[in-house]
Amino acid sequence: MNDDEDLSAPVTMEMRLSVNGIGYPITVDTRETLLDTLRERLDLTGAKKGCDHGQCGACTVLVDGRRVTSCLTLTVALDDREITTVEGLADGSVPHPLQTAFVRHDALQCGYCTPGQLCSAVGMLAEARAGWPSIVTADGGSVDARLDEAEIRERMSGNLCRCGAYVNIVAAIAEVAR
Amino acid sequence: MEFLRPASWAEALELKAEYPDAVPIQGGTDVMVEINFDLRRPARLLDLNPVAELSRWSTTGGVLRVGAGMTYTSLIRELSADLPGLAQASRTVGSPQIRNRGSVGGNLGAASPAGDSHPPLLAADAEIEVESRARGSRLIPATAFYQGVKRSALAPDELIRAFHVAPATGPQYFSKIGTRNAMVIAVCSFAIALHPRRRAVGTGIGSAAPTPRRAGAAEEYIAAELDWDSRAALDPRVVARFGELVAQAASPIDDVRGTADYRRHALGVLARRTLTWAWHEHMRERTTT
Repeated sequence: MNDDEDLSAPVTMEMRLSVNGIGYPITVDTRETLLDTLRERLDLTGAKKGCDHGQCGACTVLVDGRRVTSCLTLTVALDDREITTVEGLADGSVPHPLQTAFVRHDALQCGYCTPGQLCSAVGMLAEARAGWPSIVTADGGSVDARLDEAEIRERMSGNLCRCGAYVNIVAAIAEVAR
Repeated sequence: MEFLRPASWAEALELKAEYPDAVPIQGGTDVMVEINFDLRRPARLLDLNPVAELSRWSTTGGVLRVGAGMTYTSLIRELSADLPGLAQASRTVGSPQIRNRGSVGGNLGAASPAGDSHPPLLAADAEIEVESRARGSRLIPATAFYQGVKRSALAPDELIRAFHVAPATGPQYFSKIGTRNAMVIAVCSFAIALHPRRRAVGTGIGSAAPTPRRAGAAEEYIAAELDWDSRAALDPRVVARFGELVAQAASPIDDVRGTADYRRHALGVLARRTLTWAWHEHMRERTTT
């Protein structure tokens, strides 16, 4: 650390952040995480702050279609990326099939982890469709859409649910995966 | 905090030379944890994401050169056949979200003894390519890269560009102990690589010493004991001895994740298990080729 620098002085940058198809011109602190920007500046409070260090998955959003923990993602690095949050999953007034399935299967209790579970599941199904293997996928085995319970549980392992609604979360995702 | 965004590798080296205190950031899955919890207040971050070449790999003279910024997800997808040990370790890193962002370069930069990439890199004789504007690039063998808890051979003005490793010529396995599958820092981990052409065995121990390290005596012992030509079944006494030698190579501590005794014991188990998997695969190849 250099003594001649005031490390506490905030540095801001102007940028354009694209979220759910809308471009937002914003001024952000360089230390700001995507999660804080979404919640505090854009009033998109779907993504939740659970642990703030990538353990719980409640802040999961999609960046260019891939799921990431927004608490570990710096906003300033995202000026050329497309972000999707739980608020952007529905098609107008028609819920995303995963949202419908979560309701039908009662895949939540308190609901705090649900936005992260939904974004993670959207990303997960896209990964499986693209043939990405997981640790429980047999070596050399092809991964297509045949996601059994073990695969879904492993692939959703980055999202915790402290109410323990896992059984219904897995059932809801399995229904959409079929 | 200043946010530096070099558009090219040359520019990144310029900035690192000018600001040696700048903390390189790729996926952010390690650096951001420290910033969010105020464990670290860097004056500058050096964002390497715009340097596209860091997320690519190539082959030169039969050796793979893998960009330091390649995500675990990409590595699993593209290099599982050539680097099975590292791919297995990559599949256990963090969670799917973390693997979409995290990279081997970040693991190397942090140089934590618990980093999942280190044991397979050690077992496969990887070399780390680092570079500075002033002195150009150099290759550091993985064995010389790790120098202490979260300390590496990287100089303040250097950046990690890639790692070099030969594609596997034999079975490679990785295993680790943790309280659950996802999001655990390994209590201890172990990697093994069989090199049948030169009748050698490589190993890597994680989370059981101040640095990731190889188990040299265990490697020499097992390379001499294995029946490379006939591919005969393993003698259980030999397997047990290998486990003992691996456990002896560690110098673990008691901490919140486990005791030193537990780590030594578990390492012996991991060593026996991964050796058995690897040798069985080697035996199967005889019957299929």
